[in-house]
Amino acid sequence: MAAPLQQPRLLQSGDNAVTVEFSRTIDDAANRRVLALDRALAAEPIAGVTEAVPTYRSLLVHYDPVQIGFGDLGDKLLALAQRPVADTTAARRWRIPVVYGGEHGIDLEDVAKTLNTTPDDIVRQHTAGDYRVAMIGFTPGWSYLSGLADFLHLPRRQNPRLLTPAGTISIGGVQTGVQCLAGPSGWHLLGQTAVRTYQLHRDPIFLLEPGDRITFAAVDAKTFTEQDRAAEAGEFVAEQIPA
Amino acid sequence: MSKLVITSIGPASSIQDAGRPGSQRYGLVPSGAMDRLALAAANTLVGNEPLAACVEIGPFGATFAARGGAVRIALAGASRNADIAGRPVAPDTSATLADGETLTLGFSRSGSFSYLAIEGSIAGEPTFGSLAVNARAGLGSPYPRPLQAGDELQTKAASGAPERRIELPAIPDGPIRVVWGPQDDEFADDTKKLFVDSEWKISPTSDRMGYRLEGPVLKHLHGHNIVSDGTVNGSLQVPGNGQPIVLMPDRGTSGGYPKIATVITADFGRFAQTPAGRPFRFQAVTMAEAQAAARQFAELLRSLPDRLRSIESVDLNLDALHDANVAGYAVSAIDANTWQAEAAGPD
Repeated sequence: MAAPLQQPRLLQSGDNAVTVEFSRTIDDAANRRVLALDRALAAEPIAGVTEAVPTYRSLLVHYDPVQIGFGDLGDKLLALAQRPVADTTAARRWRIPVVYGGEHGIDLEDVAKTLNTTPDDIVRQHTAGDYRVAMIGFTPGWSYLSGLADFLHLPRRQNPRLLTPAGTISIGGVQTGVQCLAGPSGWHLLGQTAVRTYQLHRDPIFLLEPGDRITFAAVDAKTFTEQDRAAEAGEFVAEQIPA
Repeated sequence: MSKLVITSIGPASSIQDAGRPGSQRYGLVPSGAMDRLALAAANTLVGNEPLAACVEIGPFGATFAARGGAVRIALAGASRNADIAGRPVAPDTSATLADGETLTLGFSRSGSFSYLAIEGSIAGEPTFGSLAVNARAGLGSPYPRPLQAGDELQTKAASGAPERRIELPAIPDGPIRVVWGPQDDEFADDTKKLFVDSEWKISPTSDRMGYRLEGPVLKHLHGHNIVSDGTVNGSLQVPGNGQPIVLMPDRGTSGGYPKIATVITADFGRFAQTPAGRPFRFQAVTMAEAQAAARQFAELLRSLPDRLRSIESVDLNLDALHDANVAGYAVSAIDANTWQAEAAGPD
C-alpha cells in the first residue's frame, strides 16, 4: 500500500468557504493535487458545496453553512484529498496562435535586451514550451500557465499598466498567461492572440479548463487579423491537437 | 407595458440581483447586491422573488418617472428622503407612481446603497441566470454598465395591490464581525491585536470591487506577496502599504496579497452599507459563532414574507427619522482607476 499523501491545510475563508491548501509556493505537484481534488469533488459531490475554484496551490470550496458546517466539510474534503492522483489525466491539448512583438507585444524587445538575447530567440523559447493551465482567475478567461522555461523567468514590472489589450500573451515571474479581456497588468507583454478564452454567445463560453495543456505557435500580423475576425464570429481559432 | 425612466442618477448605481455564482473557476466573479437583506426586503414588498433584480442606488440622489402606465415600487436599504410627486415615501414600504409621476430620492443619510424594487421585476436578458451588472466583463441587462439618465426599465403595469411595509429588526450598531484567515499566520499576534483594537474608516476611493480601509499600518511577517489564491466577499487582503482592502462583490476571483480575516456573511451587508469616513471596529469571532450567525441570517431572509404589514399600521416616528439624519451624508467617490493597477493587477 502506498504511503498516505501529505494532508493539505484547511484554512477558513469566512463562514461559507474553505481553502484547501496543498502548498504555499508555486509547485507543480501541489497543482496536480489541487486539480485532482477538484475532479474528485465534481465526481462525488458533497451536499452543501456550491462551487469549487482551483488555484495554483489550493482549492477554494464555497459552501452553504446552513447545509454543512466547517468541521464536517473539512473531514470530507481531507478524505477526498487522499484519493490517488492520476499520473496522466486525459488533458486536452490546444495550440494557440500568437503574433509576437511590435504593437501586439510591446515588451518583446525590452525582454530580449534584459535577457541578453534577440526577440526571435524569446519567441523560439516561448513557442517551445509545453504549458498547463494551472488556474483561471482575476478576470473572465485569464489563464495562468505553468511550465515557463527558467530562462524566461523575470520579475514583474515595477509599474503595472492600467490597460493592456484583450488577447495579450505575457510573462510574469515563473508564469506565462493568456489574457482574455483588456485590463490592468504588471506582466511583460510578448504578443497577442485572437483566441477568446471567454466569449458570450459561443458554446462553450469558456474555452479552457484548469488542467488543459497549451502550446503557442507564432503567426504573422495578417493571419492575426483574419483570425481575429473569425474569433469575433464565434470560431475557437485555437486548434485542439491530439494528446 | 409600463416603464420606469431614469431621469437623473449618480455614479455607483446599477442593476443587481443574487448575482451569477458558479463560474469563479473561469475567473468570472458573481457580482450581485452589496446588501442582500435590503435587496430581498424591497422585492418582498412588491411580491417579487426575494433575490430578483433591483436598482441598486449609490449614495447620491436620483429621479425616476413612470411612463406608459402606473408602476409599483418599493424602497429598502440606506435611508434617504423619498417622495412621489410630493407624497413622502417611507423607508421599507411599497408605493405606486401613477403614469407620468416622478419618484425623487435624496442623498443617502445612513448607509450607502438603497434598493428600488419594481413590481413584476425588471425585464432583461439574463446571462448565467442573472441581470447583475459586471461592467468589466460586459455583463448585465438591460444595460451592461452603471445606470445613466435616459435609461429605461421595462416592467409590468402596477397590479393595484394594497401597499405594504416590512418590519425589519433594528440594524445592529456593534463592530463588524470577522473570522481570522485564511492567511492570518502571515501576521504577528500583536498585528492581529492591533487590527481588532483599532478604529477604521472606509476610504472615499472605494467601489464595488473593494473597500479600502484607513487605520493603523498592518505589518506582514513575510512580505506582502503570496501565491494567488481564491477570494470571497469580505476577504480582508493586506497589500504592501499595510492598509487593508475588503473585497466586495465585483472583486477579482483570485488575489496575491495575504488575507488576515474575512467579514462574516451575516455582517457583510451591514459592512457594505457603512458610509465612507465613519469610524467603526472589527471583532473576531469563532467559526461556530459565525456559522450560527449565518444560519440566523438565512432564517431572517426566509422570514421576510411574514414580516409584511398593511400600510395603515405605519406609525411614522418623525423623531426617529430625524435622528437618522444626523449620521451625515455618505458620499463615496467612485473611481476604480485610482487603485485598480495597484490592487488588482494579475498576480
